[in-house]
Amino acid sequence: MSAALLAIRDLRVTYRTEAGGLHAVDGVNVDLAPGEFLGVVGESGSGKTQLLLAMLGLNAPGARIEGSIRYRGQELVGAGERVLGCLRGARIAMIFQDPMTALNPYLTIGTQLTEGMRHHQGASRAAARRRALELLDAVHIPEPERRFAQHPHELSGGMRQRIVIAMALICEPDILLADEPTTALDVTVQAQILALLRELRARTRAAIVLVTHDLGVIAEVADRVLVMYAGRVVEQAGVQRLFEHASHPYTEGLRRSIVPLAGPLPARLPSIGGNPPNPAELPPGCPFAPRCAYAFDRCGAAPPPLAPVAPGHLRACYYDGPLGRIR
Amino acid sequence: MSTPPADTAAPAPLPAAPALEVSDLSVRFAVPGAKRWLQAVDGVSFSVARGETLGVVGESGSGKSTIARALLRLVSATAGAARFRGADLLALEGPSLRAMREHLQIIFQDPLASLDPRMSVAEIIEEPLREFRPALDRAARRGQVLAMLDRVGLLPAHLNRFPHEFSGGQAQRIGIARALMLQPELLVCDEPISALDVSIKSQIANLLKDLQLAFGLSMLFIAHDLAAVRFSCDRILVLYLGRVMEIASRTALFETPRHPYTQALLQSVPVADPVLARARRAAPLGGEIPSPLAPPSGCVFRTRCPFAGPLCAEEVPRLRPVGASLVACHRAEEFAGLPRNGG
Amino acid sequence: MNAAILPRPARAAGQWRQSWERLCRHRPALVALALLGFVVLLALLVPLVSPYDYATPDWDELYQPPGGGHLLGTDGLGRDLLVRVMWGCRISLLVGIAASLVSVLIGVLWGATAGYAGGTTDSLMMRIVDILYTVPFIPLVIVLTVLFGRSFLLVFVAIGAVSWLDIARIVRGQTLSLKNREFIEAARALGLSNTTMIVRHVVPNLLGVVIIYATLTVPTVILFEAFLSFLGLGVHAPLASLGTLISDGANHMKSHPYLLTIPAVFLTLIVCSFSYLGDGLRDALDPREQR
Repeated sequence: MSAALLAIRDLRVTYRTEAGGLHAVDGVNVDLAPGEFLGVVGESGSGKTQLLLAMLGLNAPGARIEGSIRYRGQELVGAGERVLGCLRGARIAMIFQDPMTALNPYLTIGTQLTEGMRHHQGASRAAARRRALELLDAVHIPEPERRFAQHPHELSGGMRQRIVIAMALICEPDILLADEPTTALDVTVQAQILALLRELRARTRAAIVLVTHDLGVIAEVADRVLVMYAGRVVEQAGVQRLFEHASHPYTEGLRRSIVPLAGPLPARLPSIGGNPPNPAELPPGCPFAPRCAYAFDRCGAAPPPLAPVAPGHLRACYYDGPLGRIR
Repeated sequence: MSTPPADTAAPAPLPAAPALEVSDLSVRFAVPGAKRWLQAVDGVSFSVARGETLGVVGESGSGKSTIARALLRLVSATAGAARFRGADLLALEGPSLRAMREHLQIIFQDPLASLDPRMSVAEIIEEPLREFRPALDRAARRGQVLAMLDRVGLLPAHLNRFPHEFSGGQAQRIGIARALMLQPELLVCDEPISALDVSIKSQIANLLKDLQLAFGLSMLFIAHDLAAVRFSCDRILVLYLGRVMEIASRTALFETPRHPYTQALLQSVPVADPVLARARRAAPLGGEIPSPLAPPSGCVFRTRCPFAGPLCAEEVPRLRPVGASLVACHRAEEFAGLPRNGG
Repeated sequence: MNAAILPRPARAAGQWRQSWERLCRHRPALVALALLGFVVLLALLVPLVSPYDYATPDWDELYQPPGGGHLLGTDGLGRDLLVRVMWGCRISLLVGIAASLVSVLIGVLWGATAGYAGGTTDSLMMRIVDILYTVPFIPLVIVLTVLFGRSFLLVFVAIGAVSWLDIARIVRGQTLSLKNREFIEAARALGLSNTTMIVRHVVPNLLGVVIIYATLTVPTVILFEAFLSFLGLGVHAPLASLGTLISDGANHMKSHPYLLTIPAVFLTLIVCSFSYLGDGLRDALDPREQR
């Protein structure tokens, strides 16, 4: 069994506000194997973006990060800017949600593409350009040479996101972090980008961590899934297992509120009541309890620990009866 | 959980005049700097029956939001007509336009942005009453506001709060309450659940359905999310680059999509079933949406259509019946295996 | 989707209330407010309780340094400096606040109308602003003084006529960005008349910015007035504004420095206090802070 590429233990990201501590990420443990496609699904306040940012030390100033993130054994929490700077873009790369703002409007595509390689590997202009063209090809951008001299505003959203992906891959990183990379795109373009991510993963064998709110996207691309709620992981399983045997009420609720595109249609959509959690005002006990159809008194005492229900399938819940009560 | 009665293959004849009948709606914008027009909406025609929800589906550049704004007269239509309550919406001016607004309301995509941050919830929901029911005194207004709050699932305690204190879902409920205070006939919903969290989308979708039944509303439901549209709409209109590609009943659209674009859209939606998702299909639709400033000649979809032929570049396909749907495609019959009608 | 993360206060708090609370946390602004309050109190009360007035000369007490019967000394005509400085504060504050109010009023109406109307009306109105910007201020005041003689009102009018330009521009910019906000669209969908729109929806959302700029206009206006008076274009003797006092004091800088330093200190106090208050208000009312 290969050692984990990324090992996260008891990660906490806390912000101080006037009201007290805001626990954006509250005790997350997860391992990432080489070449694995990990999906992280959650809504507002789930902490999924903060988790991703913590992996590169990119959280806002004022964030206190505790716990451990080991990349190939090297500790990243508390590592200085020099260490992180060497990793960012080179070994661990990130692509963000909005391709419109992720690119510098004043620089040409060529400059932005080759920037990473020239900085991290000291590559010459020519070598970097060659590699950049290879990557533009790999992300299926037509007429790559022409794009070199263009500026971001001359390209469509889908193309910009491809460029951003190409930029991320240029130094052949081990890990690609993707924060809702398709949320801002049209559905047909989203399908293209997801297919591209699958293809690139097969070719480069990079591990990918993809954060999304869309369970459908998870089903399309992920190998393993983390379901987050209020800064905690509430369920963790292989993708097939998660969809067939979801055992946390929240996952259940999410899954059943998806409208199928074929087959019978309910007259009323099963839905989770209440509102998404406010990380600054969490109840004691399980954060999902106020909205949970199965909550009982134990749920209000202390948050449930993450415990296995089957090999490779963990969940954080005190209730162990059948699900299916969601109206 | 009961399923609604299945649609029959042939649409039932409309028992009464439609709530809204739009013919040949076109909207274009002058683009500063470019010498061309941006044709956001081009010759769109459709109708909304009483008590029906018509979905308008499209991606960016499809013109769906522009249609909503043109109907609400927030944007000027360049051509076309929209018959509503016996008059042409697009031609009304002054007091008659204002009077019409009582019967036609809108809810917006970004619930928080659509509420005045300096007004309390009570003031926001009350405003339509102040404008259109001046005879009501304070107490009567407050009574109606409280009743509406209850209907949309909010509490009296929320009355004195301000928009920024609410979550997206709650803010959308406020917006819905405001829109329904005057009991309009037609409610235009511009992507009402797109900006909401996943667990809240279904709450609001359910709410809208309930309210439609309770108030006898006709609704225009604009969205890019096909799943939401399948739940909320009776009939669906598919838009691409400002033109209608297909209009069909819910069953017909999802079971037998006739237009290649509709088929591509349905195939692009991620399926929440890992086995199905990976076993599936053809490559996703290639290419990008063309710029609305320079739409392709003939059928605007031809640049991405896997079935485009020479005729598609020359002639704009008209919307015509194919099976139970209306389709704007020259070759629709071939795919459906149906004989081509006269036309 | 981002709204859910934000803390929701336990009790209902309007935006104004929250802004007030934020302001109270801004130390410099609170100090500034207290100082201003103190100066205003002095300016109002001292001339009422003092045995001296600002005009009567006292030939026995020329150029008395501070201390003794005259707390801050006397000037070249034996007039009590404390009273004169308090009168100076009165005038500076009066001109400052009044002229600012007038210019804010004109600026807001002009800017909001231009911004809301848009199109040709907007262009025309802003071109007028641009042209007025180019008018050289001091020569204008000189010309007006020559034509109409020195007067308090003239200073007032001249200053007010110029300071509204900045506010007009700011308000127009804000109105333009407000116009595109969805809640304005929602209000239009309700069929509100233009006047109702502006009064009920646009102006309250402008107030934050307007208050900030009004507070920052006051020190500018006070300094303007001081400058004019320093040049001899402002208020008539024997009435004194801080500007004239400083002007007179400057003439005696070497021999009787207190004649310069005391009015200068007061002027600085007032101007700085308004600036800090404006800073505090900007932080308290910043729309980005408003969720």
